[in-house]
Amino acid sequence: MKPINKLILALAAATALAAPAMPLLAQGAPSPVVLSGDVKAVKTVTGPDGKERTELVEPSTIVPGDRLVFGTDYANKGAEAVTNFIVTNPLPAAVRLAPDADKALTVSVDGGKTWGALGALTVSNPDGTARPAAPADVTHVRWVLASIAPGVSGRLTYPAIIR
Amino acid sequence: MRPHALLYTSFTTILTPAMLAGLLASAPAHAGGVTAGTLIENTATASYDEAGVPRNILSNTVVVKVDELLDVTLTSLDPGRLTARPGNAVLTFELTNQGNGPEAFRLLADPAVAGNDFDTSFRAIAIDSNGNGTYDDGVDQIMTQPQTTPVLAQDARLTLFVLVTVPQGATDGQTSTVALSAQAVTGSGTPGTVFDNAGVDGGDAIVGTTGAIATARGVLSNSVASVQLVKSVVLRDPFGGTGAVPGTVATFTIEARVSGSGEVANLVVTDAIPAGTTYAPGTLALDGSALSDAADGDAGAASGTNGISVRLGNVAVGTRRPVTFNVIIN
Repeated sequence: MKPINKLILALAAATALAAPAMPLLAQGAPSPVVLSGDVKAVKTVTGPDGKERTELVEPSTIVPGDRLVFGTDYANKGAEAVTNFIVTNPLPAAVRLAPDADKALTVSVDGGKTWGALGALTVSNPDGTARPAAPADVTHVRWVLASIAPGVSGRLTYPAIIR
Repeated sequence: MRPHALLYTSFTTILTPAMLAGLLASAPAHAGGVTAGTLIENTATASYDEAGVPRNILSNTVVVKVDELLDVTLTSLDPGRLTARPGNAVLTFELTNQGNGPEAFRLLADPAVAGNDFDTSFRAIAIDSNGNGTYDDGVDQIMTQPQTTPVLAQDARLTLFVLVTVPQGATDGQTSTVALSAQAVTGSGTPGTVFDNAGVDGGDAIVGTTGAIATARGVLSNSVASVQLVKSVVLRDPFGGTGAVPGTVATFTIEARVSGSGEVANLVVTDAIPAGTTYAPGTLALDGSALSDAADGDAGAASGTNGISVRLGNVAVGTRRPVTFNVIIN
């Protein structure tokens, strides 16, 4: 682990010093990993048996209070595994994270400065005291995968409610 | 895990500008929610290592437009029952656009509410043009048919006055309810009803939980004072008895009794001298105090031809004012 550790440290230093060069890296060879985003509206429908259930539909008519599910499909189309795969999704300002979102989801309530499960985060009150963070405070969600093998794909989603 | 932690830190630094963009566009805090026409745009970013080289990619951006929610509330601003009198009365209401887009509302006042002791007659609805919360005749705009408000922005409130007339026949203590209803011009009905392409920027409009229709009621309590005149006579004949013979002095007492609520204004008690009798000059009195017969500075006047007249002015309820005068049987 030692040599890798050093390499990573060196990279971290390089990126910190040469941040403007990062876009060039991104514009190099085609990315072996592709991301594809989509959004669905959650509608409650009553089935033939009279029971209510939810369906994911195209968001044709959406208003405040409606529930959306934002999804990101990822796929490694390259020949090699990629590592340290981190997907970051800033929440659009017009939505809030649904309160029933996965409690283990990694989120930020401070614009991406600090991360953790929602239950472990706090928000500063104007008077300097802190309160437990609420789903409406979430500014970003994030998923971390140690590696994606070639040919592997997956889907990441988070539920949101229109403010 | 330490190397990972370091790595995340560096990427966090790189990603921060994009993240701040999301933070700075702080969400609007409207009662009706995000403004209709707002675009919700979602983009994910990913970072990873490819053969030890860090890379960043973006997802496509998905965009959905927030449609228009139609909601309205209406409340009476009157502090409970309004005291009214026969004649003109004003009820005050407040309309709030609880939807998330600009919307106009059609108004309808109903003075004939079931259970009313009496119905007022509707005159007009006025808008509080100068925003002082009080109806100002000639200043506040009278609405014409169809009574439609201006387009109100999200969360905007409008003070409205319903002008009615209380009928003369209404008695003291009777009440009358006036209902005002407002409905969104775009449409109203069962919550969830969709009006295709009728919303902001060609989006859909959808009826919210209020049904996009609201009704509020104001109550008038009629307050009138009524006057009862009670006339009595005492006879005293020349022989010390109570017979009605020539020469008998008849003392008439007219008692003005005011009841109900408030007071009566400019009350004047008049009476003719009965046929076959002659007014006894100098006998007119009010509350036991003599009044001169001449039509002069005091409250009374009396003569054989014109009878008696006593001006009582404004008289509060619960007051009894006896007027007395004598006539002599011819």
